[in-house]
Amino acid sequence: MIKGSVKQDARENRAAKFLVSGPPLLFLVVFFVAPSLIMVLTSFRFPGEFGGLAPIAAPAGASPGEYGLTAEAYQFFFGDILYARIFLKSFGVAATTTLICLIMAYPLALLIARSKKSFRNLMVLLVVLPFASNFLIRIYAWMIILGPESGLSYFINTVLGAFGIGPVALLFSPFAVLVGMVYVHLPFMVLPLYTNLEKHDSSLLDAAQDLGATRWQRFWRVTWPLSLPGVFSGSALVFIPVLGMFAVPDILGGTGDILIGNLIKDQFLGTRDWPFGSALSIMLTLAVLSIAGMATWFARSTIRQRAES
Amino acid sequence: MNLGNAWLWFAAAVVYAFLYIPLVIVVVYSFNDSKLNAEWVGFTLFWYQALFNNNEMLTAARNSLIIAVSASFGATVLGTMAGLAIHRYKLKVLPILVFTPVAMPEILLGVSLLLFFLQVLNLTLGMISIIIAHTTFCIGFVAIIVRARLQGMDESIFEAARDLGASPWQTFRLVTLPLIMPAVVAGALMSFTLSIDDFVITFFTKGVGEPILPIQIYTMIKVAVTPEVNAISTLLMLLTLVMIIIAARLESRAPSSEVEILHEKSRK
Repeated sequence: MIKGSVKQDARENRAAKFLVSGPPLLFLVVFFVAPSLIMVLTSFRFPGEFGGLAPIAAPAGASPGEYGLTAEAYQFFFGDILYARIFLKSFGVAATTTLICLIMAYPLALLIARSKKSFRNLMVLLVVLPFASNFLIRIYAWMIILGPESGLSYFINTVLGAFGIGPVALLFSPFAVLVGMVYVHLPFMVLPLYTNLEKHDSSLLDAAQDLGATRWQRFWRVTWPLSLPGVFSGSALVFIPVLGMFAVPDILGGTGDILIGNLIKDQFLGTRDWPFGSALSIMLTLAVLSIAGMATWFARSTIRQRAES
Repeated sequence: MNLGNAWLWFAAAVVYAFLYIPLVIVVVYSFNDSKLNAEWVGFTLFWYQALFNNNEMLTAARNSLIIAVSASFGATVLGTMAGLAIHRYKLKVLPILVFTPVAMPEILLGVSLLLFFLQVLNLTLGMISIIIAHTTFCIGFVAIIVRARLQGMDESIFEAARDLGASPWQTFRLVTLPLIMPAVVAGALMSFTLSIDDFVITFFTKGVGEPILPIQIYTMIKVAVTPEVNAISTLLMLLTLVMIIIAARLESRAPSSEVEILHEKSRK
């Protein structure tokens, strides 16, 4: 009797597991895994004559042409230094954005972590709130601020003019792209840092002070090393989306400020070279995976180092 | 307060100003009686009036609303299931499939879905393709919120229910669901906001027929900037703010579900 009910329990549990995990699994296999595989396949095909793709198998009676599979898109990518340069530039923009975000976010995260408990949630909410407004609007706001008629442009150009430097355009420049990137991604840096800093044991700092450490020594030798996991995860959260971003350069950048994202977008909506666009997307995926892997590895090795010492 | 803290406060004030000044400027200029976002001329509601007389914009708003409601419904059901499954069972594949779309650059999901819809499903891009795409990327967010709620709970409640003879379904309906309801609703609201806001994935999976809000905004920004953009921006900010306040009320333990998402992301 009891044995039977245990058996029935096990069966019910298996059924429950199947019912709960089945539908989301199925949905994601169809709409996430399959599309990803299609993207890989597409990157090895020939582009069609009028956009789209050439068929894999030559249609009956067709003149011999470009059918089947090919690595042409990748040859194209590695054959022209231009694409390597755009990838390198995107990495540069992502790294600069990450660094600026880190410099801006660290003091704020430290302050929040050291504030009274009752203030912390409010201060965090105030960081997240602007991030919840529409993405395009946050970029658009900088079009106003950096625009030629804005007070900021007027001020900067007046100051520069006093030194005899000609008027500069703030908008549609690499500078505008960087400002937009930082603005859109800043909360991604603040939150992981705060989560980490909040957990620090303040008695460590007291101990360091008792041992005669100055403020800087306490920061560089206690707080900073302990916060490295937060620094790494925040950096990954900023670096990765910046790498694939096309809207910011599209709206705030000039014609020369093309990043990977813009290049990909153009293959699907501009020149319509799907295989090349897919190959670029695969390269971006590989870049993202290696960055994510590196961040995880760094975070783990710093933790291990600490455990050993 | 010592000198070090004064510096911290100064740095923090600069960052908060950096975060808020742009948005304040957008809102202020939405009431400005001038075509240029340059100097303050006088107060007007003209741009809101123009907005409400702009038929294409109204259709776009309606379409986006339909998409957001459908996608958040789908994502909430599937995401809640995923959150429960990941919390309860030791699964290997599902967590990867659920959380990767959240961490990836959006453009990759957009591109792969575009190719999939056109090549495999032979679907004409439009509302349906956007709804599917939005559902796909919102599932992960709902799952994260639901799982976070489950992690904070005492497992013995569920065991007690089972011991008292409740079937798995009864345990779910009478114990689990009421307990995770705030997280489920917060997840739904979050999906709704994400869907209404989403530009990148919508950009790739949209068709040519129907106007969609973010695409409409994008076109306005790219082609002809008028303070009408400011007006729609202000209204959208208001909408999101209301959503966040509701979500925060429901999830009284956390300041907002978005904070949880980011915390969750940072843990990985």
